[in-house]
Amino acid sequence: MNSFLALLMRDMRLAYRQGSALTMTLSFFVIAVTLFPLGVGPELNVLARIGPGVLWVGALLACLLTLDRIFQADYEDGTLEQLLMGPLPIEFIVLAKIMAHWITSVLPLIIVSPILAISLNLHSDGIWAMVISLLIGTPVLSLIGAVGGALTVAMRRGGVLLSLLVLPLYIPVLIFGVASVEAAVALLPMGPHLMLLGGLSLGALVVCPFAAAAALRLAVE
Amino acid sequence: MSLHVQSLTCIRQDRLIFKSVELSLSSGEILWVKGRNGAGKSSLLRILAGLLKPASGIVSWDGTDVEQEPEQYQQNLRYVGHQDALKTAYTARENLNFWSQYTGTNNVAAALEAFQLQTIADHPVRILSAGQKKRSNLARLIACPAPLWILDEPVSSLDTDYIDLFKNLLETHVKAGGMALLATHQDLGLQSARHLDLNDIWQVAG
Repeated sequence: MNSFLALLMRDMRLAYRQGSALTMTLSFFVIAVTLFPLGVGPELNVLARIGPGVLWVGALLACLLTLDRIFQADYEDGTLEQLLMGPLPIEFIVLAKIMAHWITSVLPLIIVSPILAISLNLHSDGIWAMVISLLIGTPVLSLIGAVGGALTVAMRRGGVLLSLLVLPLYIPVLIFGVASVEAAVALLPMGPHLMLLGGLSLGALVVCPFAAAAALRLAVE
Repeated sequence: MSLHVQSLTCIRQDRLIFKSVELSLSSGEILWVKGRNGAGKSSLLRILAGLLKPASGIVSWDGTDVEQEPEQYQQNLRYVGHQDALKTAYTARENLNFWSQYTGTNNVAAALEAFQLQTIADHPVRILSAGQKKRSNLARLIACPAPLWILDEPVSSLDTDYIDLFKNLLETHVKAGGMALLATHQDLGLQSARHLDLNDIWQVAG
C-alpha cells in the first residue's frame, strides 16, 4: 500500500510541478468548448441543446491529449523498468498511474465544466447532471486510455495510433454521458444512464489494468 | 545467497544473441561480464533482472527458480541500466526518497553521503551533469539496499575519482556479504572479480 501511495503521490506531484500539461489540457478544453458558440451562432436554444455533447466531446478530446504521458516519460527515462522490479504488482502500478492521470488531467476539466456549461446556456439541472456524469464516466477515459498508452508506449509518434485505438472505445461513454445530461434537462430520470456509466467504469476498472499491464510487459522487453 | 544460471539462451527478433550461458555467483563475489558490442551483455543482465524472458534456460536464486518466486528474487536485487531512472523535475534527494518509499527502505542520507551528493542533493536533476546524474542513479543501490547488484555500464560518464569511489563502494558491498554482476567495457581493476566473456560463446544464427 505504501508503494502504491508513493507512486500515486509522485505522479501527482510531478504533474503539478511540471504544470504545463495541466495548463495545456485545461486551455484546450476551454478553447474547444468556446469555439462552438462562435461556429454555430449565439442562438441560446441551440447552444443549450448541443451543450451536453459539446462538453463531453471537449472533455474526451482534452483527455486524449494527455494519454501518452501516462507511461511515456517513465518508459523513456528508465523509471518504468525500475518500477516493474519493485514490490508493487504491475497491475497496481498501472492503477496508481491511472488514478494520478484522472486526478491531475481529468478532474480539473470536471471542475471547470460548470462554468463552461453556463456559457452554453445549460439548465441548472443539466449542469449538476453534467458534473455527476463526468465524475462517473470519465474514469473510463483514463482506464481505456491507459491501455492505448501502454500499447503505444514504445512507438515514436504513437499519438495518432493511440487516438485511433482509443476513440472508438470511448463512444459508449459519450452516448450515455450525454444522454444522462439530456435526461436531466428534460426532467426525466437520469439514474439508468448513470448506472450504465458506472457499469462501464467498473467494467473498465476490472479489465483495463490487466490489459495495460500485459502491454507494458511486452514494451519493456 | 547465490545465483545460478543454467543453459541460458537469448533470442531477440529471431536473432540468436547467445546460447548455453552458465554462471554462478555467491555472496562476496563479483562477476565481470565482458564482450564486444552486441555480444549480449545487456540482454544477459536484463534477463537476470527479470526484464527480459530467455528463450530457454533456468535462473535460480538460492536454489529456487526465479520464475516460480519472482517477487522474492526481485526483493533481493537492484538493477542499474543504461537509463538514469531519474525524474528531472525532482531533486536527487526527492528521487531517492521516492525509490526509498517505493521499495520500503530508508537509507537516503547514507546514499547521498556515499556518492558525495550532499551539495547537489537539492538541485533539480535537469541541471545536473551526466556524471552527477549517474551518481544519483547509482545512489539508489545504497538508498534501497539489496544483496545482488546487477550493473550495466555503471561507470559511464564518471570521472576517475568517482570511478574509484564506486569501486570502493562495490568492494565494501561484496565484503559485507553482497554480490555484484557488472557489464562494462572499462577494466575497473577489480582484483577479486571473476570474468565471463560472452565473446567465447557468442554465435550468430545461421
